[in-house]
Amino acid sequence: MADFIVSLLTGLSSAAAMFLVASGLSIIFGVTRIVNFAHGSFYMLGAYIGYTLVQAIGSTGIGFWAAVLIAAVAVGLIGVVMEILLLRRIYKAPELFQLIATFGVILVIQDVTLWVWGPEDLVGPQAPGLKGAVFILGKPLPEYDLALIAISPLVLLGLWALFKLTRWGTLVRAATQDRQMVAALGVNQRWLFTGVLFLGSALAGLGGAVQIPKGGADLLMDFNILAAAFVVVVVGGMGSIFGAFWAALLFGILQTFGIQILPNSTLVLMFLVMAVVLIFRPWGLLGIPESVLQIPSGPPERPLRPALPRVRALAGAACAVLLALPIVHLVFPEVVGTFTLVLVIEIMVFVLFAAALHFIMGPGGMVSFGHAAYFGGGAYAAALLVKFADAPFELAFWAAPVGGALLAFLFGWFCVRLSGVYFAMLTLAFAQIAWAFVFQDMPGSVLKTFGIADEYGAPLKITGGDDGLNDIWPSQWASARVSYYYITVGLSVAALWIMRRILYAPFGYTLRAGRDSPLRAAAIGIDLTRHRWLAFAISGAFTGLAGSLFLFSKGSIFPTTLEIARSFDALLMVLLGGVQSLFGPIFGAAALTWLNDLFSVLSYWRFLLGVTIIALVLLLPQGLAGFAGTRLGRRLRLARPEEMAT
Amino acid sequence: MTEATGAPVLELTGVDTFYGRAQILSEVSLEVRRSEVVALLGRNGAGKSTTIKSIIGLVRPAKGEISFEGKPIQGLESFQISRLGLGYVPEDRRVFTSLTVAENLEVGRQPRRENAPEWTHDKLFALFPNLAAMSDRLGGLMSGGEQQMLTIARTLMGNPTTILLDEPSEGLAPVIVEQVAKTILDLKAQGLSILLSEQNLHLSTLVSDRAYIIEKGRIRYEGSMAELAENEEIRAAYLMV
Amino acid sequence: MSAAPHERAPVLEVESLSKAFGGVQAVERVSFTLSSSELLAMIGPNGAGKTTCFNMLNGQLRPDAGAVRLNGRSILGLRPQSIWRLGVGRTFQITATFVSMTVRENVQMALINYHRRSRALWRPAKNHYIDEAMTLLERVGMDRQYDRACGVLAYGDLKRVELAIALANDPKLLLMDEPTAGMAPRERMELMQLTAEIVHERGIAVLFTEHDMDVVFAHADRIMVLDRGELISEGPPMAVRSNKKVQEIYLGSGAAHGVEIS
Repeated sequence: MADFIVSLLTGLSSAAAMFLVASGLSIIFGVTRIVNFAHGSFYMLGAYIGYTLVQAIGSTGIGFWAAVLIAAVAVGLIGVVMEILLLRRIYKAPELFQLIATFGVILVIQDVTLWVWGPEDLVGPQAPGLKGAVFILGKPLPEYDLALIAISPLVLLGLWALFKLTRWGTLVRAATQDRQMVAALGVNQRWLFTGVLFLGSALAGLGGAVQIPKGGADLLMDFNILAAAFVVVVVGGMGSIFGAFWAALLFGILQTFGIQILPNSTLVLMFLVMAVVLIFRPWGLLGIPESVLQIPSGPPERPLRPALPRVRALAGAACAVLLALPIVHLVFPEVVGTFTLVLVIEIMVFVLFAAALHFIMGPGGMVSFGHAAYFGGGAYAAALLVKFADAPFELAFWAAPVGGALLAFLFGWFCVRLSGVYFAMLTLAFAQIAWAFVFQDMPGSVLKTFGIADEYGAPLKITGGDDGLNDIWPSQWASARVSYYYITVGLSVAALWIMRRILYAPFGYTLRAGRDSPLRAAAIGIDLTRHRWLAFAISGAFTGLAGSLFLFSKGSIFPTTLEIARSFDALLMVLLGGVQSLFGPIFGAAALTWLNDLFSVLSYWRFLLGVTIIALVLLLPQGLAGFAGTRLGRRLRLARPEEMAT
Repeated sequence: MTEATGAPVLELTGVDTFYGRAQILSEVSLEVRRSEVVALLGRNGAGKSTTIKSIIGLVRPAKGEISFEGKPIQGLESFQISRLGLGYVPEDRRVFTSLTVAENLEVGRQPRRENAPEWTHDKLFALFPNLAAMSDRLGGLMSGGEQQMLTIARTLMGNPTTILLDEPSEGLAPVIVEQVAKTILDLKAQGLSILLSEQNLHLSTLVSDRAYIIEKGRIRYEGSMAELAENEEIRAAYLMV
Repeated sequence: MSAAPHERAPVLEVESLSKAFGGVQAVERVSFTLSSSELLAMIGPNGAGKTTCFNMLNGQLRPDAGAVRLNGRSILGLRPQSIWRLGVGRTFQITATFVSMTVRENVQMALINYHRRSRALWRPAKNHYIDEAMTLLERVGMDRQYDRACGVLAYGDLKRVELAIALANDPKLLLMDEPTAGMAPRERMELMQLTAEIVHERGIAVLFTEHDMDVVFAHADRIMVLDRGELISEGPPMAVRSNKKVQEIYLGSGAAHGVEIS
């Protein structure tokens, strides 16, 4: 009983940081409609800044809490800077583009933090005055945990009063629904937004600062909390602070007890709970139905037409160059080196990955945040087949697209019922489950519970966890660099062509119909859910194919291929390329892979990449492929003249 | 109807507005004088709403001048324009559905103005008795007619001297349209100037002093409402009556 | 036409249709019938339950009680897609077309789906049912603009495209939600004229809502008036127009729609 109560209280205390971060995220999203990916970074900054301040002035009780509060305010101000310098310029850009911009901010903050505080994990000092423990039925509970337990309800109460009882709160709630109208009624919504960014960021900073005594500060905090915060917000209901509160409590408790029951699977548990909640309550516990994060903002997409002669010629020329490269390599190795072939292989893999994601994202309007699951999942399927069934390359290779399709078929069944942010979040959740499955070698753990283990009683290594699976190469005939190059180029170009055909066929049109007007689609008897499900599976198959090409080009596979960061990479490629164009993902993937490669030799490459991404967002809001639609692109006859409205 | 006099309160001169590359307004010029109700007539897509949105700053005109109370306002932000005493009642009502009636009104509240009638909750509830009974009801739970009254009341909370009314009769039952007409005449009697964008010629005839007809983004006709009511040819040519 | 519409076998029979949302009775025991080639207007104050009625008829909402029969066959509980396939079409108050497609492609989509070809993966969509689509577009007078993007069409033209789309499943019953909303007076009349012609050619039954009384009185064969979910009056236009209750809750004095009520 005592154990139970102490565990419960520990759970409640660990909910505090999660609630603070999630409520900030929820508030910012509610008003600005921006999914602030940089929110985890603000949390991290809160911890680092808090750490430095506590070192300086935190030797007394008052000093400690002052340091925590100043850290929160400082992070709030950083949020304000981001709002004024970046977000203000892109409020009118498509919502997903804003998301990309905040992704750039993550990269910048990561390197700035590394530069200022160094790579070592910082161990937080204990809070003065709260160093002891209280005893509950004889069991110790740190005093600081009690302080943390008190913080959440206090903040919740404060936020409730702020939003319900003040004029500012009323205006913010109105702006959440219709910012234009609020402005037209004489409210300077700009400062409203800035204020909201301050509040939301400060909450994240506070969350980071208060958990210093428990967890210190490290450079992985940003992504770690981000996934958790997303889950809390989505389960609670986007925009609902009370929802975030209950969800944070739920997960805090779940984590504490989860560790005792299934030490390795708290993450999986968290995402499973989210999946279950969303199936029964698609809008979260306290959320209200709304459809947000739709792609079409700005001018409507133009009708699909056959490619213009000049575009066809360019595509043909590109294919010719791709085919000729190895020949040049064999004849003039000093002009086209091995390195170039390796880079092109990598580019083609990601072009295929991005195109497969675009397949559902552009025409289907389904924004998947977790497509790495099918990339890595497919690759693992092939690798496991090689490792444990000794399957030949020719067979194992095709296991990846099949595996990707099956996985997408399974996950898709849950996801395609939802739309907008909820769809995005659920795909993210499933990707995290797949990642944890591989990373924590769940098959090994499961086998162990059935008594199957190695001679020392440790779980068998199936997915290999962190170590991944190694030494998986193509057959002799395919393993030479040039042969594998042709396999990659041939298969990916063929796959691109097939996807293009499908998008021009009735099936692709049906997807676009559902995206353009779900109302009309339903009125002409289209069963949208089924088409979206099938599209998701097709996309999974092509993504798996990309994973297979990746696996056999590297000879090994690691859990990192299923990470959030990998999913975001693909998302970034599609968006940078331009989501409205079928050529977009090709440009985006090529550009980003090349940039990654270019910057990766530099010590602060994240910073550079982040700045580049932000610059691209500001300069080319239609994506790289949007260039064709510019004045210059039209003059070069890459796009048709625009059709005028009547 | 009394003929309004004096310098125009609101004046547009040669306004061009684009959406992307498509030109929606071409050289739109019009004026509204004090205590005058001016109808802007035309069919859907003719440019009525864009004209209104250009005035209140929700879209930026590419060319031309817009002045309000003698001051140029083109290029200002919506909130700045609104604070000068120019109220905007949007088409589709745009009630804040998750806010109560009282909170909706609060969003519209602005300090009182010297040259405009001052509105309080009580005064508004006298004008719209329906709203008084439901001040704690959520905007989203009201009927279309009630919502239309709320949007007008919300704008009045800003104590405007002039109101832009964008298609207030759209989608409303005839009996509610009559109520809207009464309200417009009430406001006019209190000294407010009103620019009314409408499709409903019957409503416009009931309340307006003068009228403009807009088609394909150009002003095609300007004259008194009485004149237009009599001139069947013009009505047929531009309004497709 | 030999017989008055209401003397023929009814296309649609609705009996005691009811629906409540969280304790509020949105539609209460509404019954009516509708014959082929007949235009029945459903009018009433905002929030009277018209949209709820429509949503129950095409399967989007499940009624709490009542019966709905199409050509004698119960369609209660069927999915919207199945009801559409049986010949119930719908148009919306706001225009809803596929803006990233051309006019013809919009109609082709409806045809493709009607012929169950929506999962075809290879032959380009725009090569499907070209002639059928053009015939329908010709009927509504949009054949010359077939290759324009729906996103750039004038409002009145969009309404015609929607009519063509609604004809693709060879409907027996059309549910039209404020078909002329947002149109100029003459455009309204022209669209309703066109609708009436097509309806008579093909023997379609039409149930429509409308706030423009000029349109209603000019084109409806019969009118039913809903208030707070209940049917309060039903009959030929002249009778409904002079009904005191209807005037009080809906029509008003007539000043706002230019109709003199004696």
